Amino acid sequence: MSVFIDKNTTVIVQGITGRDGSFHTRQMIEYGTRVVAGVTPGKGGQKFDDAVPIFNTVAEAAKETAANTSVIYVPPMYAADAMMEAADAGVTLIVAITEGVPVLDMTRVYPFVKERGARLLGPNCPGLISPGKSKVGIIPGRICAPGPVGVVSRSGTLTYEIVYQLTRAGIGQTTCVGIGGDPINGTNFIDCLTAFEEDPDTQAVALMGEIGGTDEQNAAQFVKEHMTKPVVGFIAGQTAPPGRRMGHAGAIISGSAGTAAEKIQAFEDAGMGVARRPIDFVDLIKARL
Amino acid sequence: MNIHEYQAKEILRGFGVPIPPGDVATTAAEAEQIARRIGRTVVVKAQVHAGGRGKAGGVKLAKTPEEARDVASKILGMQIKGLTVQKVLVADAAEIASEAYVGVILDRASKKPVFMVSPAGGIDIEEVAAKTPEKIMRLPIDTRYGLMPFQAMELGFFLYPDAAKARAAAKIMKQLYDAFMANGASLAEINPLVVTPNGEVVALDAKMSIDDNELDRLPGIAALRDESAEAPSEVQARNASLTFIKLDGNVGCVVNGAGLAMATMDLVKYYGGEPANFLDIGGSSNPEKVVNALEIITADPSVKAILFNIFGGITRTDDVANGIVTATKQNPLKVPIVIRLTGTNEEIAVKILTENGFSAMTDMDEAVQRAVQLATGGKAA
Repeated sequence: MSVFIDKNTTVIVQGITGRDGSFHTRQMIEYGTRVVAGVTPGKGGQKFDDAVPIFNTVAEAAKETAANTSVIYVPPMYAADAMMEAADAGVTLIVAITEGVPVLDMTRVYPFVKERGARLLGPNCPGLISPGKSKVGIIPGRICAPGPVGVVSRSGTLTYEIVYQLTRAGIGQTTCVGIGGDPINGTNFIDCLTAFEEDPDTQAVALMGEIGGTDEQNAAQFVKEHMTKPVVGFIAGQTAPPGRRMGHAGAIISGSAGTAAEKIQAFEDAGMGVARRPIDFVDLIKARL
Repeated sequence: MNIHEYQAKEILRGFGVPIPPGDVATTAAEAEQIARRIGRTVVVKAQVHAGGRGKAGGVKLAKTPEEARDVASKILGMQIKGLTVQKVLVADAAEIASEAYVGVILDRASKKPVFMVSPAGGIDIEEVAAKTPEKIMRLPIDTRYGLMPFQAMELGFFLYPDAAKARAAAKIMKQLYDAFMANGASLAEINPLVVTPNGEVVALDAKMSIDDNELDRLPGIAALRDESAEAPSEVQARNASLTFIKLDGNVGCVVNGAGLAMATMDLVKYYGGEPANFLDIGGSSNPEKVVNALEIITADPSVKAILFNIFGGITRTDDVANGIVTATKQNPLKVPIVIRLTGTNEEIAVKILTENGFSAMTDMDEAVQRAVQLATGGKAA
């Protein structure tokens, strides 16, 4: 088993003819992902690489192919609309890779998508991969291997680093999920932890957080109260200078400055394993399998 | 992106927020002229992107135009938290009967802009939050409906029991919200919002931060960026599409991806070193970016060793290798370099580096330890 995507996942690519969209569509197909349609307004009726039918709208693509997932590679100023279009077309999993989406746009997208019952992953995320089954997004397939560990992370290349170290040590993954680093995103740590807890094949979870916000503290609380499976956590940014972005007012609202120390403390209080270095995941996970 | 107080005030004035007259000056003579035009006691305020200006001596009252000139000449050129004051705002020093705090902040937890208001304004809102949290009202706003009139009135009455003042405040809330939304802000603050002795509600100070992701569609706002108020290395980095933050250590770091960049800095510290910077060359790199990155890092005299940590996904490691070779041919390095790269086109990258006299490592921990050793002259563990 795996979470969110598997062999039956059928994918629409929004922005399939763009530079990033076309490159990663080929990578996904090569990996074995069932890419069933593309969307580029004005190119409906054409085929991508003589194989994947292109539609003008997501509604049309969803109707013709019954796809259940859409992945978005459109430019940042059009990404919010693309996410809402996918949700409105009845797609149940929307993966937004696009980086640089205005945060205020997301204040409208989030409730819109939720009201239509879809799951949004991202934006500004690398997507997800269930090794050997399917990948939706940009995580390099060759660094992953099938196995018993669920991986969830806020960052991109740091996830690759840790997954690569796990794979090298012979520890494979059920699913690796990159939830993205933006202030407002569709799926959080708790959503992923819930899915991993329910997935019979996942035996342990590796969680990579960052400084800022309170998602990691909330995740730790959830682990303490609801997880029977072991979770190992890591926080990037222990040496980062404080308060470069939101300043202090944001911290008052969340009731936390979002420092690495606070988050690591929350992990420890929840009885989680704490990786001080990325490489520490290998031994900490091994000891819990 | 942070903008100055005088810029934030101009924006808010455009939305109708009542703000006492004032103007910005870059010389003491200009400050004197503005004070003469206002014709009353003025306040002269340093325009820097740092909090605590008052405590640092960057905010002073002046009763006469001559005094405004003297005060401005002292504040201009002053250092506040490492930033040189290049501009002062000279504004009418309104008389104050009471002070309140009003802010709109983009909140990650509720995924909405949240109004935060308090009748205990003028001072540190953090202190109010810590000591008397009941004096702060928080109100999340659904941006699909905007700030509704009844919500604005709730906020107004929380500040002022008097209906006329509450209505005046409610109007300002709506204007502040509209300015926040129209300008792609992540924060908009009026601190203090004051009541004058004759009962007017006016904004004495304003602060706005803009979401960097909005700047492409808001060219007017993007043009407000004051590069003279930022560290030159950070300006250079941004113009080269790099994210760079200067730190105090001596290991210069070049990494792809923010999370991996932070983890690399943490590892430098873990092995007994100190990172000289945060530098993210981004997802898709080209050799030019690497050339720029090396230029910025080698310009820092405290850097004693350079560490590349590249995990090639979208980033092609051969691009990075070519960048290193090009950059070091143009400007030969004066400090040792440690290169760790793995992933996309790794074999090609290693070949390019070896042919040009560099060695490449594949293990992150080994590379970081080596860089720390070199930076500390072999003393670290």
